Amino acid sequence: MTKWPTNSDKYSVLLPTYNERENLPLIVWLLVKYFGESGYNYEIIVIDDGSPDGTLQIAEQLQKIYGHDKIVLRPRPKKLGLGTAYIHGIKHATGNFIIIMDADLSHHPKFIPQFIEKQKEGGYDLISGTRYRGDGGVYGWDLRRKLISRGANFITQVLLRPGASDLTGSFRLYKKNVLESLVERCVSKGYVFQMEMIVRARQLGYTIGEVPISFVDRVYGESKLGGNEIVSFLKGLLTLFATT
Amino acid sequence: MTSSLCVCITSSELAQSLPVSFTMTKLLEWLFAVSLVGVAWGLVTFDLLDFQFPAVYREVAWPMPVYLLVVFGCYSLATVGYRVATFNDCEEAARELQGQIQEAKEDLKKKGLKI
Repeated sequence: MTKWPTNSDKYSVLLPTYNERENLPLIVWLLVKYFGESGYNYEIIVIDDGSPDGTLQIAEQLQKIYGHDKIVLRPRPKKLGLGTAYIHGIKHATGNFIIIMDADLSHHPKFIPQFIEKQKEGGYDLISGTRYRGDGGVYGWDLRRKLISRGANFITQVLLRPGASDLTGSFRLYKKNVLESLVERCVSKGYVFQMEMIVRARQLGYTIGEVPISFVDRVYGESKLGGNEIVSFLKGLLTLFATT
Repeated sequence: MTSSLCVCITSSELAQSLPVSFTMTKLLEWLFAVSLVGVAWGLVTFDLLDFQFPAVYREVAWPMPVYLLVVFGCYSLATVGYRVATFNDCEEAARELQGQIQEAKEDLKKKGLKI
């Protein structure tokens, strides 16, 4: 299927970074590769929260290589949280679509053209990358991690009936105005923030499409999912249950 | 009962334009459904409205809550178990990524990136 570059649609990729000195050039290279091949108009907005490892300096080099119109830097002085990073990014985005993803290579840019096509196909307000449907999946998780993931997702489905299979995923495409209206309504943090976005999207009648993605977890070995995270996830889930 | 449901649920277009709108929370939906079921169960088991049901209705209704909970428990275990067992392991994706990382590093060095 030939892809014609659409003149009116522009896709802004928001990359919040903290200590991603090694991964940033790689994710940018992949983004440039797949956007270049697809012909879609794009920009990459790097939102660095004062990384001590020199992520911003690497980003500046990338700007010289790929151009100031493609690589946009909007750093912040310190770690200020994901919700505010999105707000900050949206303010400077010149695209009419926003793509949010992780900068640590767990999300692969090759899925972005699929997100875009799916969105055009159904006119969806948001596209969610799902690890739980179709040929979506994960690399690098042991049985314990998979069990926790599926168990938590099951409880979430029962309690919230969200109409989307992957609530805690953070690889998504939003229409810019949709993301704006959702971020201003959401109050949670961390995993629960991503869940709340989907739940509020449903509440507001926004349409959600899904694309299976593969999630390559290269940090799981270093940062195991601990009791604290599970407890705060459950607390967040119950809060959403009682308030949405 | 249906009319009170309609009052509670506002349209989504309205929700988009108003800063605040009342929709029934999931918790309220659950409490509502549970109380409906509870009332029905109580009515049949204890014959509260004196319908004089045949004894078999009462015998079947009485253990229903526990039975349904057990059924739900088994369904949950089976579903989660199945989903864990069929959780795709993306070996291919990991290999592809490794290859592309190498390719990217070389290309970036050529383009002048200094680490």
